Amino acid sequence: MNLSGRLAGSGLSLIVSGSALAQSRYNFQEPVTSVAEQLYDLHTLMLIICAVIFVAVFGVMFWSVFKHRKSRGAVAANFHESTTVEILWTIIPVFILVGMAWPATRTILYMKDTSSPDITIKATGYQWKWGYDYLQGEGEGIRFVSNLSTPREQIEGSEAKGEHYLLEVDNPVVVPVGKKVRILTTASDVIHSWWVPAFGVKQDAIPGFIRDTWFRADREGIYRGNCVELCGKDHGYMPIEVHVVSAEAYSQWVAKQVASKAALAAN
Amino acid sequence: MAAVTPDHLHDHHHGPSGLMRWITTTNHKDIGTMYLLFSFIMFLSGGVMALTIRAELFQPGLQVVEPEFFNQLTTMHGLVMVFGAIMPAFVGFANWMLPLMIGASDMAFARMNNWSFWLLPVAAVMLIGSFFVPGGATAAGWTLYPPLSVQMGMGMDLAIFAVHIMGISSIMGAINIVVTILNMRAPGMTLMKMPLFCWTWLITAYLLIAVMPVLAGAVTMILTDRHFGTSFFNAAGGGDPVLFQHIFWFFGHPEVYIMILPAFGIVSQIIPTFARKPLFGYASMVYATASIAVLSFVVWAHHMFATGMPAQGQLFFMYATMLIAVPTGVKVFNWIATMWRGSMTFETPMLWSVGFIFVFTLGGFTGLICAIAPVDIQLHDTYYVVAHFHYVLVAGSLFALFAGAYYWLPKWTGHMPNETIGKLHFWCSMVFFNITFFPMHFLGLAGMPRRIPDYALQFADFNALATVGAFGFGLSQLIFIVVVVKCVRGGEKAAARSWEDADGLEWTVPSPAPHHTFEVAPVFK
Repeated sequence: MNLSGRLAGSGLSLIVSGSALAQSRYNFQEPVTSVAEQLYDLHTLMLIICAVIFVAVFGVMFWSVFKHRKSRGAVAANFHESTTVEILWTIIPVFILVGMAWPATRTILYMKDTSSPDITIKATGYQWKWGYDYLQGEGEGIRFVSNLSTPREQIEGSEAKGEHYLLEVDNPVVVPVGKKVRILTTASDVIHSWWVPAFGVKQDAIPGFIRDTWFRADREGIYRGNCVELCGKDHGYMPIEVHVVSAEAYSQWVAKQVASKAALAAN
Repeated sequence: MAAVTPDHLHDHHHGPSGLMRWITTTNHKDIGTMYLLFSFIMFLSGGVMALTIRAELFQPGLQVVEPEFFNQLTTMHGLVMVFGAIMPAFVGFANWMLPLMIGASDMAFARMNNWSFWLLPVAAVMLIGSFFVPGGATAAGWTLYPPLSVQMGMGMDLAIFAVHIMGISSIMGAINIVVTILNMRAPGMTLMKMPLFCWTWLITAYLLIAVMPVLAGAVTMILTDRHFGTSFFNAAGGGDPVLFQHIFWFFGHPEVYIMILPAFGIVSQIIPTFARKPLFGYASMVYATASIAVLSFVVWAHHMFATGMPAQGQLFFMYATMLIAVPTGVKVFNWIATMWRGSMTFETPMLWSVGFIFVFTLGGFTGLICAIAPVDIQLHDTYYVVAHFHYVLVAGSLFALFAGAYYWLPKWTGHMPNETIGKLHFWCSMVFFNITFFPMHFLGLAGMPRRIPDYALQFADFNALATVGAFGFGLSQLIFIVVVVKCVRGGEKAAARSWEDADGLEWTVPSPAPHHTFEVAPVFK
């Protein structure tokens, strides 16, 4: 394809993506857990503080760049130190940093509290798919493997790309809304990382070790993420899809899983 | 201060000529030139890899390269740019300029200097050559995390040996710099009177000596895990994959400052010259550089917030990392105070320096945002991080390198670089740099992971934009070749003091600097 063709193609996909996804293209995805909410607000706070400092500092610099020019007849002053000023601009940033660190510390402690979950699911990273074991709570004993379901033809370009290109799987994780879900991560070969941006959850899956994280989704819906630790050839092709459903729908899903497992065992 | 006696002005080089001159040279200027040429060649090679990556990412789907080769490209782009382009370029500046700035006749260990340089092409051949061995180059990312790096083919072994060799070269270069600065300064030049570039390089050299052996240890453990049955990083044998990350980043974070502190030094030389005012807060600049160096040893695990370290660990590394913003801020404030009420002109080196402050500080802000551990949980391993470190490494280190090159080209070649073409180079680089990397912040925030050859459709527009910018940026760098070639061939004759208000011993010797300078040490007042 020539360049103009390519540009037209990307313009087309721009329109497709614009209509398909209601999420922000300039900021974090819309949070659906209290953790993601806190991360969103924390980031906004940081961005505002940085923007204010940016405007102040570079306001001074560009003022100087435009005013203190030789071509405008500026004559160089000869000052080259001022202990007071230097101490001030060392101390003031420290206070600003304390102001940033305070809410961040609270969030860290909150994120790290994985105690008393309603449901515990183990996510195991394989090259290149995720395995899930429901270890505790309703649905205990359910286990399945979750593979990318985007057809190869879409990746190679012989077929039009679907709405959830590369973010869709055959067997999604299903969890009930409003319940605390603890995710244990591990891996069987190399390091992977389990990430669902809308939940504010990212945890490396390390072979031979168990790590944990948690989320409590406040809204039903389908949430998508990726493996985010380079894990080899198909690192870009092992997405995560989580369906957050009502308590009843979850019970039905569990019953169906148990039944199909029993049917499998009977055969 | 004039130190060069007339009969030295026209002294000619005695000894081998042609190729043998360059292979056997012990002259710091020759070696500096070779370092700079080498790093530019590596910069272009790494750039070609980057453009191939961007070509693949122009559209969703696979069009240009297969995923395995894509991973090789991202890995090698990182290794080549860090170890082949940025680091040797700064050593090139150190070789050329340190002896001239402190009034020494050469580096302390002239033969070792030759050896430090000539190790590099060997390492580069092994590294780039690894693309052509069975299985291709290593595709484990430039951070070489096991167990993935243990799975790689023999390209990985070549990369390990290349890293060993480049590490030896760096350590020897660093020892040379420390000894030269500490022992060979002109009479009267106390440590606190040295040009700031010398200070930043002195501190950088200590960092190199401290951490290059750590990297060598880490990659050697991977080598033995791969071939000799050890299990340092293999849980099944009692090891721990995360141990590698701790060791790697204990090297890796000081390494970040190895690549930026000399850049601070270059900019601190240039801004006073074109503001026609002495550097503001010289002493606090030195202390800030030293604080950054010390702090750089206690922040490594901020690269690992997503590994699942305990809350106490996250808190410690978050606080320590945030603290680095203080000395870095002091530096930026000092530069701006130097410009304040100056009498500024904006020749090409000054443009690059002011551009450096502006864009590097943007990278500093995103660094601060990444330092906030909980926010980093969302940002880690996304394009936000790619944007962040290109703002500090390209707009930081590389822009400062260009600033330095334009500043000292008259001293190296005897001719002033062409201002018009130089400014064109700056403005093209500045604009295309931002077109390439600014959208990556949005990509990362919206959830695009890094190191993927293919992506979901909502990321298509910004990726297309970044690719257009990347090709613009890549082509802009060819302008630099034009400037340098023109400058070597001819142009306006440069005076000994090539810039109106330039200060320092290097401007007391003629331009181009004769082969031997300061054979009698100058007296520094």
